[in-house]
Amino acid sequence: MVTQQAAVLSPEAMVEEFQKNGVTHVVTIPDSETNYLYELMKDQPWLDVVPASREGETFAIALGLLVAGQTPVVLIQNTGMMESGDSIRGMVLDAGFPLVMVVGYRGWNRHGVITDSAARYTEPFLNAFRINYYLVEQNDDSPRISTAFEEARATKRPVAILVGDEYHGFNR
Amino acid sequence: MIHAEDVFRVFQEHRGDAIVIPTGTSGRRWGEFSTNENRDLNLGGAMGQTTSAALGLALGLPDEKVVLFDSEGALLMNMGILATIAGKKPQNFCHILLDNECYATTGGQPVPNAQEINYAGVAKESGYSSAYSFDDLEEFATNVEEIMQATGPVFVAIKVVPQIENEPIGMRVRPPTRSRAETIRDLQSELGISAD
Repeated sequence: MVTQQAAVLSPEAMVEEFQKNGVTHVVTIPDSETNYLYELMKDQPWLDVVPASREGETFAIALGLLVAGQTPVVLIQNTGMMESGDSIRGMVLDAGFPLVMVVGYRGWNRHGVITDSAARYTEPFLNAFRINYYLVEQNDDSPRISTAFEEARATKRPVAILVGDEYHGFNR
Repeated sequence: MIHAEDVFRVFQEHRGDAIVIPTGTSGRRWGEFSTNENRDLNLGGAMGQTTSAALGLALGLPDEKVVLFDSEGALLMNMGILATIAGKKPQNFCHILLDNECYATTGGQPVPNAQEINYAGVAKESGYSSAYSFDDLEEFATNVEEIMQATGPVFVAIKVVPQIENEPIGMRVRPPTRSRAETIRDLQSELGISAD
């Protein structure tokens, strides 16, 4: 029996999208599924990785960078996004700057039953904050990342990328 | 303890071209002393996250001195930011904590462990380049120039007299201040940063 490997979202595709969209800083708390992405980002001379201690910080650090004329993205897990509610309100939505937030969709799957409450509440959370989002699962989806950047710039609002490849992850 | 207004009066003489971010109830008086309004910045607030926003600004403008007047109630909500700041080592960042030992805006209830905690000690052990503590104005005045010249991140904890507010929130009279959007616009214009 031949098992075909499912298509994946490669770290290179993500980093290429960051570069294409002029990203200068990635403000992040790495999770266990994104180690290789972290290493790849650290290797890019045009990109400054800003590690935070808790996810709420990431949105505020991003605001400071935006005021300074930089182009940050926030890269966190959905659990941390939910922890960041007031920071998203006060430091992003109320501030009126464009921000792409890349969110690892812990617990999500396309074919099975979702049992992880982190996944169950992710989209309702984004809807409650009226933040639009795009699901990205594999390299073929990566143009949606540029779509998110365009939308963020046009609306001066946050736009989320949900990385639905959380359990493939970016490890190698 | 020192009156925050005295801290500001002394600091202003040594400010130079620094971008200043005042926060908290103590920080409200800064506008009376500032002589460079275009470099005064309101970054808003979100449960202690102004500190994080100030870090972002310092990282994004490495050639500009950034001074944050923080408050201890805010810092306690987000103490991990000390490690985040120390980890990125922004040499242009001066973090001044105005510690009034209480939540002045909610009636003056004490913050946790208000009198025993050593904020400068926590900052120094988190990895700040240097850290100072003051509860005497003359001592602060003697050291402020050295502080402003020091390589950051620098942390300064100052014990200040609380300005406690007990009026119902809707009855409080606030002096007119520029909005966050206005201060951002003015700073970006001053520095030639495109708003698009």
